[in-house]
Amino acid sequence: MEKFTLDLNGKTQQIEADPTSPLLWVLRDQLDLVGTKYGCGIGQCGACTVHIDGVAVRSCLLTVSQLEGKRITTIEGLSESGNHPLQEAWKEIDVPQCGYCQTGQIMTAAAFLNEIKKPSSEEIRDAMHNNICRCASYNKIEKAVQVAAERMS
Amino acid sequence: MKNYKNTVPSLSRRGFLQTSVLAGGGMLIGFNLFTACKNNVTPPVDLSQLDYNNFNAFIKISNEGKVTIFSPNPEIGQGVKTSMPMLIAEELDVAWKDVYVKQGVLDSENYTRQVAGGSQSLRKSWEPLRQTGATARQMLINAAAARWGVAASECSTEAGVVFHSSGKKLGYGALVNEAALLEVPENVQLKEPKNFRIIGQEIGNVDIDKIVTGKPLFGLDYKSPGMQYAVVLRPPAFGQALVSFDASDAEQVNGVNQVIQFGNKIAVLGNTTWAVIKGKKALKAIWKEETVLEDSAFHHKTLFGLLNGKKFKTIRKDGDVATAFKQADKILERTYESPFLPHNCMEPMNFYANVTDEKVHLVGPIQTPEGTAKKVAKLLNREVKDIHLEMTRMGGGFGRRLYGDFVLEAAEVSNLTKKPVKIVFTREDDMTAGTYRPSTKYQIAASIKDGEINGYHLKEAAVGGNMSSTISNFFPAGAIENYQVDVANYRGNITTGAWRAPYTNFLAFAEQSFFDELAMTLKKDRIQMHLDLLEKVKGTTDKSIQYSPERFQAVIRMAVEKSNWGKKVKGVYQGFSAYYSHNTHVAEVAEVVLKDGIPQVTKVTCAVDCGVLVNPLGAENQVVGGVIDGIGHAMYGELSFKNGKPQSQNFDKYRLIRMGETPRVDVHFIQNNIAPTGLGEPTLPPAGGAVANAIFAATGSRMTRQPFIKNLGADKIIG
Repeated sequence: MEKFTLDLNGKTQQIEADPTSPLLWVLRDQLDLVGTKYGCGIGQCGACTVHIDGVAVRSCLLTVSQLEGKRITTIEGLSESGNHPLQEAWKEIDVPQCGYCQTGQIMTAAAFLNEIKKPSSEEIRDAMHNNICRCASYNKIEKAVQVAAERMS
Repeated sequence: MKNYKNTVPSLSRRGFLQTSVLAGGGMLIGFNLFTACKNNVTPPVDLSQLDYNNFNAFIKISNEGKVTIFSPNPEIGQGVKTSMPMLIAEELDVAWKDVYVKQGVLDSENYTRQVAGGSQSLRKSWEPLRQTGATARQMLINAAAARWGVAASECSTEAGVVFHSSGKKLGYGALVNEAALLEVPENVQLKEPKNFRIIGQEIGNVDIDKIVTGKPLFGLDYKSPGMQYAVVLRPPAFGQALVSFDASDAEQVNGVNQVIQFGNKIAVLGNTTWAVIKGKKALKAIWKEETVLEDSAFHHKTLFGLLNGKKFKTIRKDGDVATAFKQADKILERTYESPFLPHNCMEPMNFYANVTDEKVHLVGPIQTPEGTAKKVAKLLNREVKDIHLEMTRMGGGFGRRLYGDFVLEAAEVSNLTKKPVKIVFTREDDMTAGTYRPSTKYQIAASIKDGEINGYHLKEAAVGGNMSSTISNFFPAGAIENYQVDVANYRGNITTGAWRAPYTNFLAFAEQSFFDELAMTLKKDRIQMHLDLLEKVKGTTDKSIQYSPERFQAVIRMAVEKSNWGKKVKGVYQGFSAYYSHNTHVAEVAEVVLKDGIPQVTKVTCAVDCGVLVNPLGAENQVVGGVIDGIGHAMYGELSFKNGKPQSQNFDKYRLIRMGETPRVDVHFIQNNIAPTGLGEPTLPPAGGAVANAIFAATGSRMTRQPFIKNLGADKIIG
């Protein structure tokens, strides 16, 4: 076990963890931030997406020892009160079915919309392609990203 | 409790009313609340008259008029945590904004059918849950009438308020204390559909705020003090057994607390999921072959052997198929093949168990809480009443969580270690220790006489279970005079079970592909042929025919109209399919374009008759999800075996449909006031056939094998 200082959701967080542990499990098991989901552990599904210095990254492939000095944002820190335009759009459009993958979808979309202001449908589909939704709520995810993009631009 | 049971014919067996003061003020109207036996409130004498049809929802009303409704059934993403409470709220006549929904726990004494499976939750609760709400509403009216000294018939309700014709009014919160002590009325009047205020409205998912902010909801999110995370090393191949193992390296992993064998498995317990994953990797185990290690090639050969053999069981036989085929002008025969499929719920299997002398506490995602609790009781040699099971929201089910193997594992490991334990499947565990969709082959043959189909013979060969006779009664049963369904199976050591729309998830593709080819062979219009066959079923006296030819024709006509069927657009190819299952009639038209010669599904038009649309928003989600799921698995899904070992272990080697391959799905519902039917499954079965028929229109190739990507030979090009 080693001590790490993380910049997490705008706060400094001291943590004692296995340096080989992926950020995913530190968040979920040690810091009680369970909004970041486990889906595959090999960076294939996107359920564990967080932002590192604003970039969408799979937290299952990122060890805690790589993160000192980096700005980490999880779904719990995406907005003050669950009111990011994407979260609002998700609610209005009633995107989820089971809901499990949706925080990862939102985190991928949030980083994408910070980069691309007025995305085309094709750009959205490309950006979201690596996040699996087993319930196949893809039509609504696409629509919600579009709605949020319009409001953010 | 027994005193109140079964005193009125056709009425509830164990219904009674119970009231109690809530900690925060207000009162509880609880129907068949399980703590009632201990309560000091003396029940009025007539309580045995209560009729809730053995369905026991809880309603809590605070003095401020806020209502808590307990949703009894497990939520797997099918939306019942929203839609079932809507039924109660409708008849209780409260404003939805005043309703707070909570997940009920397993309580077999007081709820019935706490199951998520077969798309039956709304269908089976449609009357009972509305009666529960309506009964409570009538009692609130009676309380107001008594206080005002007027006739109850002069009172009405709206949005949680009782009104008298004179203009007097009282909120439910002000009445609940009196209402709960009144006689329980019988034969309460349910609303006319035209008066529905909640049913039929677009109501958002009740868990949406928690979902989009990442609050704990799912089984994997659950924690308790002192809880140990545990991962399990299981035999890597079906047919293997554990000989011995060395845990010395695993025990050295920082954070690992204990390694324990149970049966053929080894559990690693520790402080974090990561620690136990590392510990599991450090285990050294020796396995032996206990039963034959099976290959996909073996399954292939075995199934063809069954199809060509004589080991069939006939599950439906109309007329004389053998003679029809002997005398036929022409016979069309085709074989359709499908692989095993894992469920791949996004939330891998997991469960929490804390076995103590006092009770067995279980928490997690399970579609069959009651059956699973009984199995746990048997395993641990405990009374069923000792089992306290709480259902979490589930990150998908698709049938996998009907099977409580992971709950039994958690209970056994907790029992052995005397610790609270959460069993977690890694994705690899989830995909390789599955209960798979059986690999199945269908042989379908039709006899043609004088330009008409006069015989239809369906043979099923499966590695695992066979379809039930219910499915053999689906279309075209009743439409073709000589009709026979035969089934045969091989049961090896690979576990198989229900997968979203069991059997029909593949059968519908086979059948609807076959009918497409049959129409071409007969030079008939594809749609008209289907409508004509249904015409023959009208007025049938055969009680085994569940589907309605009229409703079936109506969805077909709707899909045809809404999709602009047959109106050619350059480069766009259409395919049609229709199927009835889970009491719901569905027709679909898929559109395919060719991109670099490879078919891409761009649009699906789906027409559905599922009766009353309880929640149109949730209903659309189910329809669209089912269609895309059906397409994804028909196009890409496959789990093969070599020496008993699943050849895909994670999403790098198992292709699920993603956004870029997803068509737009246009949904159209038939509007009627018929009681609601299933929706979580029935749009999936026709999807594969619609796509296969569109692929044929585009390429001239008939898809007879799933996944289509392999049938097309395109798996080597993309994917």
